[in-house]
Amino acid sequence: MGMTITEKILAKSADKESVKPGDNIWLNVDVLMTHDVCGPPTIGIWKNEFGKNAKVWDKEKLVIFPDHYIFTANKHANRNIDILRDFAEEYKIDNYYDVGTERYKGVCHLALAEEGYNIPGTVLIGTDSHTCTSGAFGMFSTGVGNTDAAFILGTGKIWEKVPETIKFTFSGKLPEYITAKDMILQILGDITTDGATYRAMEFDGEAVFELSMNERMTLCNMAIEGGGMSGIIPVDEVTEKYLAERTNKSFDKFYSDADAKYHSEYVYNAEDLVPVVAKPHSPDNKATVREVEGTPITKAYIGSCTGGKIADFQFAAKILFGKKVAVTTFIVPASTEVAKQLSTEMYKGQSLQEIFENAGAVIAKSSCAACLGGPDDTIGRTVGKDVTISTTNRNFPGRMGSKEAEVYLASPLTVAASAIKGVITDPRDVM
Amino acid sequence: MESIIVGKAFVLGDNIDTDQIIPAEHLVYSMDDENEAKMYGKFALSSVPSEQSGLPNGNIPFVEDDEFKSEYKIIIGGSNYGCGSSREHAPYALMKAGAEVIVAESYARIFYRNSVDGGFVIPYESQSKLNDKIKTGDELKIDIENNTISNLTSGVTFELNPLGDVLPIVSAGGLFEYARKTGMIE
Ligand code: SF4
Repeated sequence: MGMTITEKILAKSADKESVKPGDNIWLNVDVLMTHDVCGPPTIGIWKNEFGKNAKVWDKEKLVIFPDHYIFTANKHANRNIDILRDFAEEYKIDNYYDVGTERYKGVCHLALAEEGYNIPGTVLIGTDSHTCTSGAFGMFSTGVGNTDAAFILGTGKIWEKVPETIKFTFSGKLPEYITAKDMILQILGDITTDGATYRAMEFDGEAVFELSMNERMTLCNMAIEGGGMSGIIPVDEVTEKYLAERTNKSFDKFYSDADAKYHSEYVYNAEDLVPVVAKPHSPDNKATVREVEGTPITKAYIGSCTGGKIADFQFAAKILFGKKVAVTTFIVPASTEVAKQLSTEMYKGQSLQEIFENAGAVIAKSSCAACLGGPDDTIGRTVGKDVTISTTNRNFPGRMGSKEAEVYLASPLTVAASAIKGVITDPRDVM
Repeated sequence: MESIIVGKAFVLGDNIDTDQIIPAEHLVYSMDDENEAKMYGKFALSSVPSEQSGLPNGNIPFVEDDEFKSEYKIIIGGSNYGCGSSREHAPYALMKAGAEVIVAESYARIFYRNSVDGGFVIPYESQSKLNDKIKTGDELKIDIENNTISNLTSGVTFELNPLGDVLPIVSAGGLFEYARKTGMIE
């Protein structure tokens, strides 16, 4: 019987001819990624368990990006970065991207792509649930906790249960007012937050392969919001072009067999999609923008691994060009590379940076910032009964700071349109 | 691992996510330093909206103000328990607060793995919805050999799904203990 792309990658990683859903297998991990929140406890467990002579299984394969709590006076948060720095120095970890240096990158999932760690056909495990983002590169990637990561750090291995796959096909061409964020929010509305638990989500169809790598990452990024173990898009010319600019590593391309077995399949016509939001307090609480338009907001937020990539800011700039924001609007480039691109990417003769400054938006430094609330002094954090519209990925109670706040998740087009009106607004009305 | 666990129930709704279990702002405490680590117990389940905390009545804190431990040993959840982030601090915080077992209809994958691999709490799946049949404060008995949960307050017993593939890891007390026992690591 045929195998899916995910089954093929997992079989290769486990040194097996074939695997099937439900098999418990041990994988050889190609890259382990961690950050400032989960890195220190991972290192702590690894030291405790492997003792004084603990050895990193393969230094080349360990990548550390401080990104979560960076620009804060919180002493515990800063201590976490000190722990990473000391560890990187003591164990000579070359792939450590320290804060306050030229190497600082910002949000790990985008940084992995930019720095050429996303290699098709490989297995990447990260101590962060959005590690599934890397699946956009035709690879298996998933998030784990500190104990699993500490085990990998010492052995290079992890057990996994081979997931069943759900296939999502988008046929046709996407309208200009629809982004990958609308596609994934639509899916989440349909499958709910546990519709893909312990399953892989495979994306296919003309509209998916029309997407840029940035947009493909947005699609895979929120697989976890459906409970998905991973999201995946096979390699095509768009992937190869992106990779050619970032890495000279060779790679294997895997594709699902025509007779591969899927748990279920969903088919969408891209032309029929409309702008959508996730209402408070769950990413699957879908409504069309039309259904909630006019809802007053107090803040707008464009940032995070989901919605702070250059493609997201290009979308936002189209709407913010020549306009003023009506509510406090935060622009948080996910990575330092994106931050630089803001001043080099142009739209109608102005740089994105100029467009956002002229619109009156606040441009913050690259990090996770208020995507996950963070310490009290985090920029963009919700306070009191804020109503925020955001390009981030989660709107659980308290996720962006205040427990009483309400967060609407939306595409960068919808967030920008709402920012200039001060109420939730359909991007079609201002484009 | 004890085969019988007796304790009071703390009942929650569906989709309890990791931000509700341990809000992100608290993830900065050291897990190695006991004085700091106990803060995880203090803030366990602190972001559950009050009316949802301790069902069916709600407005019951899992951990009282000024305390670091909870009086509830067994958490009864609904579907998709532990969705959200990969933070292992979530099952860890529940353990620090004194919880030993969770019984929910279903779990988010990472939370489930973390509970098992870290040896923090035992994540049991119930065969039917229980969070509308058990009340916060009910005295419960979990029988791990027979995979049952008995409500000593109401006298009703329910079946639980066997722990299956993860039983050896749960019994060993976590992934590292399991790997040592089976000779994978020294
Ligand atoms: S930007 Fe948000 S979702 Fe992405 S890694 Fe940071 S905290 Fe997590």
